[in-house]
Amino acid sequence: MNDRSIYPLSQPVKGAGGKTGSWRTAKPVIDLEKCSGCLLCWLFCPEGCIGKNDRSIDYAYCKGCGICGAECPKKAIVMVKEEQR
Amino acid sequence: MSISIKDLPDFEYVLPGSAACAGCPSAIALRMVGKALGENAIMLMTPSCAVASIGPLPKSCYSIPVLNVCFASAGASAAGLAMALDALYEKGRLTGEKPTIFNWAGDGGTYDIGFQGISAAAERNDDFIHFCYNNEAYSNTGMQRSGATPIYAATTTTPLGKEVHRKNLPLLMLEHRVPYVATASLAYPTDLIRKVKKAKDIRGFKYIEIHAPCYTGWKFPSSDTVKMSRLAVQTGSWLLWEAEFGKVVLNSPTSLLAAEKIKPAPLEEYIGKQGRYAHLADSPQKEEILAAMEKEIRRELKFMAARAEL
Ligand SMILES: Cc1ncc(C[n+]2csc(CCOP(=O)(O)OP(=O)(O)O)c2C)c(N)n1
Ligand code: SF4
Ligand code: SF4
Ligand code: SF4
Ligand SMILES: [Mg+2]
Repeated sequence: MNDRSIYPLSQPVKGAGGKTGSWRTAKPVIDLEKCSGCLLCWLFCPEGCIGKNDRSIDYAYCKGCGICGAECPKKAIVMVKEEQR
Repeated sequence: MSISIKDLPDFEYVLPGSAACAGCPSAIALRMVGKALGENAIMLMTPSCAVASIGPLPKSCYSIPVLNVCFASAGASAAGLAMALDALYEKGRLTGEKPTIFNWAGDGGTYDIGFQGISAAAERNDDFIHFCYNNEAYSNTGMQRSGATPIYAATTTTPLGKEVHRKNLPLLMLEHRVPYVATASLAYPTDLIRKVKKAKDIRGFKYIEIHAPCYTGWKFPSSDTVKMSRLAVQTGSWLLWEAEFGKVVLNSPTSLLAAEKIKPAPLEEYIGKQGRYAHLADSPQKEEILAAMEKEIRRELKFMAARAEL
């Protein structure tokens, strides 16, 4: 391997845009008692940060857009204002 | 083909923590497309929000191979890649299933800057899918108007509202007589995924346009991205249809609107929620303009319903 060229090649990683959870001004909180498991939140989340099996939310990357809360047919997700960081 | 959300794969095209705005429609659409196409795919992108979302080198938010190409070459680059792969398979240098080649381009890249190359690829019937995620402006560079911006919408280059109509690009692509053309909406995910799966299995040129309401540019709350997509369809502002070899079928609920089996949602519910139309709210011509917009919707519905009769 004598090739010393540097290629402009990126590799896939979580957090390519940084720890985007710090962008949040409101945090989705899910009440699993109300959840019917329809998976619409999982499908609509732009970050793909809601677990398909357990609906756990990855707060390290959730940007707090609120789409999951707005689309949940069971109103099982509420957006709670983030305290000052 | 019926699609069940529960059966969709866990596999993601867009990894958490991309550089896209919170609530970005391109990210939602691309996640859905990934669940339809699967891992064996190569994506080409023209300059856009979807490229800016990748994040800084050496990181990428996309899990599949991505090539960033210039605006004018989307048609030629995807066509070249598809032909090169065909040649390698023919020579036996590659075996197994050919990857799906697809362009992921914005409306600026599709309607305006890249159009000639895409049109040429369609005419040659090159083997790839061209996706246009249509956020109705040049979002990445600060919301300048594009050929897809609807009349009256304010952008940074049409601060008083656009004065001319948008192009009907899905219709132009349809009249290239390609194997498959479809329109889709984020708010109708199973319809969207079904269309992408269909396109995957057809050889030749496929065009799919996904309506992508962008809250940053259209000025509505980020939580309403999907809601705005739904209202666009329910008001008749965005029509859902598909066509195999030029034979058009309207999809629900557009088909029901066209047959007058359901009433369109009030247009004010859709545009009233978008800051880009705020200048209409206190315009003395408000009623006149709303009536003109509704008339245009009826014209388009009638036009596509008649086109479906052909
Ligand atoms: C030939 C050329 N002209 C202009 C630009 C600047 N530019 C980069 S992204 C962009 C906007 C593209 O708009 P669209 O395709 O709709 O994608 P969006 O940003 O809306 O996602 C422009 C004009 C460029 N990169 N190349
Ligand atoms: S959208 Fe609501 S009901 Fe459906 S899976 Fe998510 S939390 Fe549960
Ligand atoms: S708030 Fe947005 S980013 Fe966070 S989990 Fe909900 S849909 Fe995903
Ligand atoms: S400006 Fe719109 S399309 Fe671009 S990243 Fe932000 S939400 Fe997505
Ligand atoms: Mg655009």
